[in-house]
Amino acid sequence: MRKRAVGKGIFALPYAAVCVIFVVFPLLLVVAYAFRAPEGGFSLSTLADVFTNPSNYISLLRTIGIALLATAICLLLAYPIAFILAASPFNKIAVLALLFVIPMWMNFMLRMFALQSILSMMGIANTFAAAIIGLVYDFFPFMLLPIYTSLVNLDRSYSEAADDLGAGAVTTFLRTTLPLSVPGILSGITMVFMPCFSAYAVTDVLGNSDTTLIGRKIAVLFDLQEWEAGSALSLVLLVLVMLTMLIGTLLQRRNKAKGSASAVPNAGGRLL
Amino acid sequence: MAEKVISRPADENAAKGISKFDKIIEVRSVTKVFDDVTVVDDMNLSVKRGDFVTLLGPSGCGKTTLLRMIAGFTTPTRGKIFLEGKDVTMLPPHKRPINTVFQKYALFPHLNVYKNIAFGLKLKKIPDVKRDRRTGEPLVDPKTGAHIDVLRKYTKEEIDAKVNRVLKLVGLEGYGHRDTVSLSGGQQQRVAIARALVLEPKVLLLDEPLGALDLKMRKEMQFELKKMHDELGITFIYVTHDQEEALTMSDKIVVISDGVIQQMGTPKKIYDEPANAFVANFIGESNILTGEMQEDYKVRFCGADFKCEDKGFGKNEKVDLVIRPEDIFIFADGAKKGQLKGAVTEVVFKGTYYEMNVATSEYEFTVQSTDSFAVGANVELMVKPDGIHIMKKMRTVNETITAVDGENTVDFHGGSFEFVNPDGLQKGDRVKVSVAFDKIELTDDERDGVIGGNIGQSLYKGNYYQVQVYTDDDDDIYVDTADEWDVDDRVGIVIKPEDLIVTKYDEPEDVVVDGGEQTEEEDA
Repeated sequence: MRKRAVGKGIFALPYAAVCVIFVVFPLLLVVAYAFRAPEGGFSLSTLADVFTNPSNYISLLRTIGIALLATAICLLLAYPIAFILAASPFNKIAVLALLFVIPMWMNFMLRMFALQSILSMMGIANTFAAAIIGLVYDFFPFMLLPIYTSLVNLDRSYSEAADDLGAGAVTTFLRTTLPLSVPGILSGITMVFMPCFSAYAVTDVLGNSDTTLIGRKIAVLFDLQEWEAGSALSLVLLVLVMLTMLIGTLLQRRNKAKGSASAVPNAGGRLL
Repeated sequence: MAEKVISRPADENAAKGISKFDKIIEVRSVTKVFDDVTVVDDMNLSVKRGDFVTLLGPSGCGKTTLLRMIAGFTTPTRGKIFLEGKDVTMLPPHKRPINTVFQKYALFPHLNVYKNIAFGLKLKKIPDVKRDRRTGEPLVDPKTGAHIDVLRKYTKEEIDAKVNRVLKLVGLEGYGHRDTVSLSGGQQQRVAIARALVLEPKVLLLDEPLGALDLKMRKEMQFELKKMHDELGITFIYVTHDQEEALTMSDKIVVISDGVIQQMGTPKKIYDEPANAFVANFIGESNILTGEMQEDYKVRFCGADFKCEDKGFGKNEKVDLVIRPEDIFIFADGAKKGQLKGAVTEVVFKGTYYEMNVATSEYEFTVQSTDSFAVGANVELMVKPDGIHIMKKMRTVNETITAVDGENTVDFHGGSFEFVNPDGLQKGDRVKVSVAFDKIELTDDERDGVIGGNIGQSLYKGNYYQVQVYTDDDDDIYVDTADEWDVDDRVGIVIKPEDLIVTKYDEPEDVVVDGGEQTEEEDA
């Protein structure tokens, strides 16, 4: 028994090594640098600078605002589409849902430059709107899929039961379908909000100075070899992302405890 | 001139609103076709107010589809459904005063027990008169002096009272705050029933509600459902494939097979006088065999003559007959009391009686008796006249509407069969083809047949087997054969040209294509 357990462990070693070298060690470095003064030695001033220097926290707040806005637009667009896709005449054609996913398989930068060309033809390249359009376009499938999955897997008998008990189409939707698809909505929000937070390439290519995200600022700092300031910002970003995830998980769990339809597979397992 | 009023019982009842023929639900010529498959075929059914009616049949027979049409979840392809004389065929479910208990309960998982039950109450509007907001006193229209009719919702207190009453009815007092997922199957079932009953529907539909429960729970719920029905006086329409459940609970059973109603009647009537071999086979255990009517009140089977209670058949007409295992009396050999001799082949003790198989020269009977005989013992069997139920043979020919597809050949379930063509039918002519069950030959090797097929089921009829063969074009045909075939065997089908009866077919206005074809269907 014991021998076998050891045997299995050995296979995990290379993975553990990769983890340590490429994940744990860099993370530790980020933490270490965040608590270091530029001239060396332990210091909280770099970290404090994130919250006291207006250029830092404004950038942070702007990032949160842009990510929230993009997430909200994604949700408003994705829910009706997911609903229509999951509704009876369409559900036989998963192909249609696939159409919304195919762009994800193309090279990311290629997509961005293609979108940039289209937006400049429309004369709105390098505007705030263009940046938001870029983010929505890029992350839309991540919102669509979980919602689509939760709706497709929803037992039809719930809406039939509501209909049977006297609810018309709208009431049936508001009282049963919508609350029962909350797990899908939550996982969609988490999956769009978090990457929006750090997706500075999109806004760099498509946006203007008003859409410079915290990610760009970190990149610049690292370019200038200001390791301490860059690490401090990275750490704050990391904590914020983790908090978002935590809130998402807690909401999901509360929902599940209330007995909603089972947790939705992350990216729409049914389709991919 | 004053007319003399003749008072008859029916009139008195009518005055009270309970006519003997008070039909609450009427299904008229309803047909439902799903993707070219006829699931419900021209059904007619009326349900009396207050009755407990069971739709009974094997899975896929169309009983659930019929229920769903009564509920409003599906609309019939043809035909109409009436509720209290009003056409409700196209009315959506939320506008019908009918509620359903779903097979898998369909309790809302995001709501607790109380909120599940209150769901419908919160939406319901009830007639009332306009009242003063503060005092609650009815207001009067100043012009007419009459009360003003309005619709209002239930108050919180009314909802509370109703939910608690119905929780008590189903034995779940104090469970209101519980999550539905934390309940056992039986409890969830009760909540589902409470949720439907609380709206005081005119008709309660139950779709195999006890299917997911274990045996003990099922028995208990059967009893309780029956009790609720008796107490509430609501009409119940109950769907099940469990014949025992149907026999215990119903006032009236509707036996359905292949989308067609086979028989309707009281449980006793259906058990004692099955209309055909299918019903006899489906309800209870029975010996089904073929006999020949000698004359009125006299039938011959297994090489012996028997007195019976049926008449009106043609002389020497072949008939199906049913003998229930408990109607056969068994005696030791030499008692000289029986009409048939046989040997016991199997004995099973069933708790209060023995069930034995007795092989006679032509048929193996199932017999129930409190006396047991050893396997191998020679015995005599006796059947009294009232133990023999005689039924007209159902179909004995396969019929299908098709077309001539060549010189003296006709398409029959996907193959070209030769036929005798005295009328000079031309290629492309629409024709009706019929072949008697016993004129079809099955071959071991599929390649020896014109078309191939799979054996569906085989029913022993005394001295031959009636075999159902699924053809590759998804139809089935019946074959009477002396050989025994195994289910799912591949066989070839051969028909002699002179046995194929081909007649020109003119399409009627409303085509009801039936015949040797009842298509496989999914349980919709």
